[in-house]
Formats: sequence, C-alpha cells, structure tokens
Amino acid sequence: MAAQNDAGGHLSAVPSPEEQAGLERFNALIAEDSRIEPRDWMPEAYRKTLTRQISQHAHSEIIGMQPEANWITRAPSLKRKAILIAKVQDEAGHGLYLYSAAETLGTPREVLNEQLLSGKAKYSSIFNYPALSWADMGAIGWLVDGAAIANQVPLCRASYGPYGRAMVRICKEESFHQRQGFEILLELAHGTEAQKRMAQDAINRFYEPALMMFGPPDGDSPNSQQSMEWKIKRFSNDELRQRFVGMIAEQVKVLGLTLPDPELRFDEEAGRWVHKDLDWDEFKAVIAGNGPCNAQRLERRREAHENGAWVREAAAAYAAKKAQKAQVA
Amino acid sequence: MDHSLDSYGDATASATRVTPGNALRPEDIAIQPERPSQAVARYAVRLGDDSLILSHRLSEWVSRAPELEEDVALGNIALDLLGHARSFLSYAGLAWGKTEDDLAYFREEEEFRSLHLVEQPNGHFGVTIARQLMVSIYQDLLYAGLTGSTDNTLAAISAKASKEVAYHRDHAVQWTLRLGLGTEESARRMRHALEILWPYVNELFLDEPLHDELGDAGVRPSALKAAWEREIAAVLEEAGLEVPQTRAALCKGRQGEHSEHLGYILAEMQVLARKHPGATW
Ligand SMILES: [Fe+2]
Ligand SMILES: [Fe+2]
Repeated sequence: MAAQNDAGGHLSAVPSPEEQAGLERFNALIAEDSRIEPRDWMPEAYRKTLTRQISQHAHSEIIGMQPEANWITRAPSLKRKAILIAKVQDEAGHGLYLYSAAETLGTPREVLNEQLLSGKAKYSSIFNYPALSWADMGAIGWLVDGAAIANQVPLCRASYGPYGRAMVRICKEESFHQRQGFEILLELAHGTEAQKRMAQDAINRFYEPALMMFGPPDGDSPNSQQSMEWKIKRFSNDELRQRFVGMIAEQVKVLGLTLPDPELRFDEEAGRWVHKDLDWDEFKAVIAGNGPCNAQRLERRREAHENGAWVREAAAAYAAKKAQKAQVA
Repeated sequence: MDHSLDSYGDATASATRVTPGNALRPEDIAIQPERPSQAVARYAVRLGDDSLILSHRLSEWVSRAPELEEDVALGNIALDLLGHARSFLSYAGLAWGKTEDDLAYFREEEEFRSLHLVEQPNGHFGVTIARQLMVSIYQDLLYAGLTGSTDNTLAAISAKASKEVAYHRDHAVQWTLRLGLGTEESARRMRHALEILWPYVNELFLDEPLHDELGDAGVRPSALKAAWEREIAAVLEEAGLEVPQTRAALCKGRQGEHSEHLGYILAEMQVLARKHPGATW
C-alpha cells in the first residue's frame, strides 16, 4: 500500500523544497497532458478527489448489480438469462478493477467498503430506483449503461494513469451492455402489445434518472472546475448530458418508441440539444437517502458482508496456516 | 493485501464477449440436421435439467456472495452450467420439435427430470460448496465418460462441458479445504453441510431402464459410484472432514417426483415466460 502521508506537507505553511519540486513536476505533467502515476508526487486534494470519485464509481458498479440480479432467475428465455448473468458479472469485475485503482492512491479496499456500508460514501443514485419489469433490463442497459459510457469515455484520458486505464477496459464492456439493452427493447418493441407497453413504461421511468446521472447543472456543480483543471474531467455535466440526450433521441426512433420529453429539440443556433427541466429536488432527495431502494440496496450489501464474515475469516486462517507450513518446510 | 480469495473467477475477462468460432453453441445445435433418438433425447433432458436447476440455484448468489470475487466465481459457474443446459435441452428438443425455451419454461414440474441434490436450497456458503463438491466431481466423471459416447452430439457437448466442470471441481475443492481447515466455525458448518446433503447422494448413481436402451450412447450412473466415492473421500480427508454416515433418502427425481423445492424454483423461473405465451424475447 502506498503511504498516504507522503504528501502530508500540506499541513505546514511553507512547502519543503521537495514538495515545491513535486508540485512543479505535477503541474508540468498536467500541462503537457501526461499521466500521473501512483509513485508520483501529487497534491493531497488531487489524491482525495480521485479517491472519492473512483471509489464512488466502484460502489456504483457493485450496487448496480442488484437491480439486474433481481431479474436473473426470472429472465424469460435462457439466452437472455445467460446474457444477463454475464452482464452482472462484468459489473462485479468493473467494481474490482476500480477498487484496485483506488487502492493505488493509498486507501485499502476494506476502508472503502466500510464507507459504503456505513452510508458515508455515495454511489450513483440511479441504482436506488427499482427494476420493476423485464423491460427495465433493456432500459437500464440502453440508458444507464449508455449514460455511463458518455460519462466514462472522456475519463479514459483522465490524468491519473490507473483510473484512465481501468476506464478503457470498462468502456469496452459497457458498450456491449448498451447494445444488449437496446436489443432487449428492440425485441419488445416488435413484440405483442403488452411487450410494447412494458418497453415504453420502462423508458418513461428511466429517462429522467438517466439524464441526472451526469450530475447537477454546471452552475450548481462546485467541484467540477477544479476537476477540469486537473484533467480528471474533460467536459462539463451539461455538455455531456445534452450530447447523450441527442444520441438517445435518434436511437429511440429505431425502437419506434418515444422519450417522455415534449420539450426535447435540437437548438440549431446554439448547436446543442435542449431537454425539459429535470427534477433536481428529487435527485437531491435520492442522494440524501430517500430513494425508493436506498435502504434495501445498502441492507443487501451489509447482509452479504455480515453473512460472509465467517467465510472470509476461514479463508484468511487457512492462508495463514498454509504460509506457516511453507515456512517450516 | 491480497483480495483474491480464489484464483478462479477471472475478473479481467468480459463474460459478455462473444467468442467467435465457438462451434457448439446451443444456437448451432438447434439447427443441426442430426436428430437424437428418443432414448438419447430423454437422457439429454436429464443432463440438461440437472445443470439448469443447479445454475438457477447458483445464480441466486449473485450480489450476495461473501466476497466480490465469489460473486464473479459463482456467477461464472452458473453461466457455464446454463450453457450446458441450453445445449442438452436444445438437442433433446430436436426429437420433439421443441426449443430449449419450450422445455425450460413450458414443462410442468412432474415433467422435469432433475436430481433432488441440485434442487436443494443454497443454505449458507458451506452448503453451497458441499453441493458443488458433490455435483462437480460427479459431472467431471460423467462428462469424461460421455466424451466417448456413440452419439456425436452428446460427445461433443460433453467434451466442452468437461473442461469447464474441471474448473468447478477445482473451485469446490479449494473452498472445501479452506472451510474444512480454516476456523473451528467453518469446519463445524462444513460438517453440517455435508451431513444435510448426504442423503441425496445415492440418487446420483441409480440406474434406470433408460440406460439399457442407451447402450454406449450414455454412461451408466452406477458405474461412476466407486470413483466418485474414492475422490470425495480423498478431498474430505485432506480437508480434515469425514464422509458422513447419514442414510440415503428415497428420491425419484428421474421419474418426476421432486423435492418440495422444485415447485418454487419453477414458479419463479417460468413466471414471466408463461405470462406471455408465444412472445419472443
Ligand atoms: Fe460497469
Ligand atoms: Fe455495464
């Protein structure tokens, strides 16, 4: 584990010559669009911001398994079941790479997990909405994985090396997920009346929460500016959101379904997409813990963690005994 | 700190990636010209049902496992078993003009041919591992035998399944050692798990008249018994555990008389498909 105190000099008023040199090098690397690596000196605030962002992202992958796992045992065909299991597996894999990337910044996975279980850490609020029908597997893939891609493709160039590299891998898999989600909806849209209704209903429920995945409007997003300067973030929340909405506005036509947004249009003059006002009060309420499933999602995590404690202890004890044996031999 | 509780469960490979040139996908079997004989089809249903129901049970673990690595590993095993089930059921269906989904979603409980062992609830992690140990050793021996089946399709499906089941077996063996030798609590739980599942082991080795009809296309279950007992005894001994002495339960899964659990499994598995008969997904 990298020592978190390496850059502890921020407490003293006058930077040491090493810190001064470190900061200059850091600024130079950022300016020339190079990558910061775990061993490089970095400002404490950069480390903290990244740890928070990467771990939130990891938590989102893990919590995000739940709404989809809810439909594995009921998937309506064996082929769809196989694809869904594989997708949920991928999300667990994403969580694992991201925890590893976060650990390179000095906080161990146990601590990050503790922050999730105690409710201290946040995760993407979309996963606090329930998956009520099979069509939600389509809407989640198309809209939620889709919004995740729009957010994450620019992160492949994030200034922190391990994060950018993790995102490259993850984005590839997310695009499979989006395509599979779209296929689910396409099949439903060409199906019976009941299937069509199911698909439209899922889109209606996930449209707004998916748009809110890009975060609050730019005027209301205090940390964004610093993240842009550090080249962690490359585009503003609103910029990404309007791009995404433009993309799905085209794709929904292929489905023969509609987006629940009468105000949606392309503003030729401004060269950007305009959508209806989103309910940011609801967004804040869900982030604060009042979403339909916040309590359920966290309780599931805690339950799994507690029920698994004896298993992890046994594995650790076994590994220790084995290591001891190897030493004696 | 090392988080890899388990070496299996490759978190780095996308499970959704489509492997090109994978010759024996269920989709290919469904359109192949060779039809199974009635006996082979009935046999393939047995193989398919065991894997389908066990896969269902393992998939119940996803998002609930003791560690993320195990969410991945148990999910992988569930996915492999589902793949085997799809191949066997697709092949069986060719004899009757039915698809894998017709067989999985539109058969009644008494038409299923699964073993009671695979229907048993997951219980705690140790129960799941004990069940995995029993089934994966069994399937490992079974598919090794079936690789030499006179039915080419059964042989090909089994050859592919055999490689995957070897991993399942390894996963179960590693966990049996960890739990058997780990802590006092884990050993106690593992002993209990073995005891409550042991009554269902006997059914794995019951021959039926069907096996006479099959001849060298199938493998006689009783022929696997000695090797299975030897292998499991060796693993349990290494894990500091004992072969349970509990008695065999009377099980007739192969005749369509199931455990009380199967009805619930099917109710859940089939609910959506049956709500929309004739729909495609
Ligand atoms: Fe993901
Ligand atoms: Fe995804």
